[in-house]
Amino acid sequence: MGIRLSKPWESLNPDTVASLPAQLGVYQIADDEGNILSIGCAGANYLFGMRSALEYEIELHGERATRFRFEFTSNYRSRWDELLMLHLYDNGRLPVHQRDEEGRVGRLSPN
Amino acid sequence: MDFSLTEEQQMIVDTTRRFVQSEIVPLEDELDPDAGSVAPEDYDRLVTMTRSMGFYGLDIPEEYGGPGLDTTTRALMAIEMSQHRAGLYNPCYGVFGGAGLAQLYEATDAQKERWLYPTLRGEKKGCFALTEPSGGSDPARAIQTRGFKDGAEWVLSGSKLYISGADKADYALVFARTSDDPGRNGVTAFIVDTDTPGFHVRRVVHTLRATHYATELQFEELRVPEENILGEVNGGFAIANDRLSRQRIPYAAGCIGPAIRSQEMAIDWAKSREAFGSPLAEKQAIQWMIVDNEIDIRHARYCVLEAAQKADSGGRFRTEAAMAKLVATEASGRVVDRCIQIHGGVGVTKDLPLERWYRELRIRRIGEGPSEVQRLIMARDILGGSFK
Repeated sequence: MGIRLSKPWESLNPDTVASLPAQLGVYQIADDEGNILSIGCAGANYLFGMRSALEYEIELHGERATRFRFEFTSNYRSRWDELLMLHLYDNGRLPVHQRDEEGRVGRLSPN
Repeated sequence: MDFSLTEEQQMIVDTTRRFVQSEIVPLEDELDPDAGSVAPEDYDRLVTMTRSMGFYGLDIPEEYGGPGLDTTTRALMAIEMSQHRAGLYNPCYGVFGGAGLAQLYEATDAQKERWLYPTLRGEKKGCFALTEPSGGSDPARAIQTRGFKDGAEWVLSGSKLYISGADKADYALVFARTSDDPGRNGVTAFIVDTDTPGFHVRRVVHTLRATHYATELQFEELRVPEENILGEVNGGFAIANDRLSRQRIPYAAGCIGPAIRSQEMAIDWAKSREAFGSPLAEKQAIQWMIVDNEIDIRHARYCVLEAAQKADSGGRFRTEAAMAKLVATEASGRVVDRCIQIHGGVGVTKDLPLERWYRELRIRRIGEGPSEVQRLIMARDILGGSFK
């Protein structure tokens, strides 16, 4: 199983978000250049799962956030931590607004 | 066996129950159903409370500053501390403090200074690296990680699987084969700093516990100084085995809390929910499930307290601990399963804690020695005549 989120990017806009099922999972948000702006999880506290989580991200990042990719999983919390660890391994830092998470996230050194 | 509580035990149970119901359960209303931690400010506030109650560091021996609870009282607390959504694996979200790796209490003074005391002060974290891809139920024979002496150092190569907390640990207790003996006499325990070159956390292993993951480790020419050996060379299995026996009683007790809470929820539901013109509680099918739950809960509680009392009396308790682990993990799983059935559709939703307990209790039949190994331990003792 590939551990990185490698699905194709999709356009982030209210229409694509509205077309998603209200399931639980993880996602990445990026700008036009492919810079990751957020790594998040759509947990069970969101009213409509992935849809509600992505609506929140659109509100948070505004027009900078243009792309997203996602994965539905009931292990949304451990998968989210895994994606944060991978991002930290690949980039040395987490996305700017998630730097508070760095103290909480573990270390991973994948092959 | 007299299972009546002393005045002090009753007070501790009542205090713990109030703490869980008034401080922990309300926090969970706002948390993700699979959350494994509370906000740092809540954690700090609750730790202040457990410290003032004199209950912080429950499992730390008295001579190291712990409260000095006996096994029975500790088991009674475990039953109470687990009666909330995250309670099975994160009782009270850790605000009663940890004790570190029990094996470190057997360490040398220098090792204690370097790893044990910083752990007790909350400055360092350790992890326990025993299980390998080749197996976990029979670790003495399954261990293939090798250790070779090279001058004043040992060189470790191999891998470990299903290791909790390695990605955040400052050090790991690593068990490696250091002789040609294929069994328990050829294993040595090493304390390894996780920033040592050659120590790799290769991947996350996702499980039924949605909030928690295990890890896979790889050691590549990992060099460990001689002074990092815990105990004797080739004497590591006894250290590992000691932990496995000691852990079984509180591990078993922690399973009973969710079963008790599930049963309370099922009784409330059965009395208030109506179907076919009468409350569920009036249907024999439901009544029998409630009765079977009560039998399972009392049986598990009896076995846990019997094992705890035997441990407190200073006698051999290996058989009783194995029985407690087997009965409590299996009985609690059955109770939660029946309670989901009584609740119907809402029982499998994340609106209630039942689905989380159901998933997590399934792991308990495997963790800390699966049911089959517990039966093996008991069979050895009973047939070998050491069980009186």
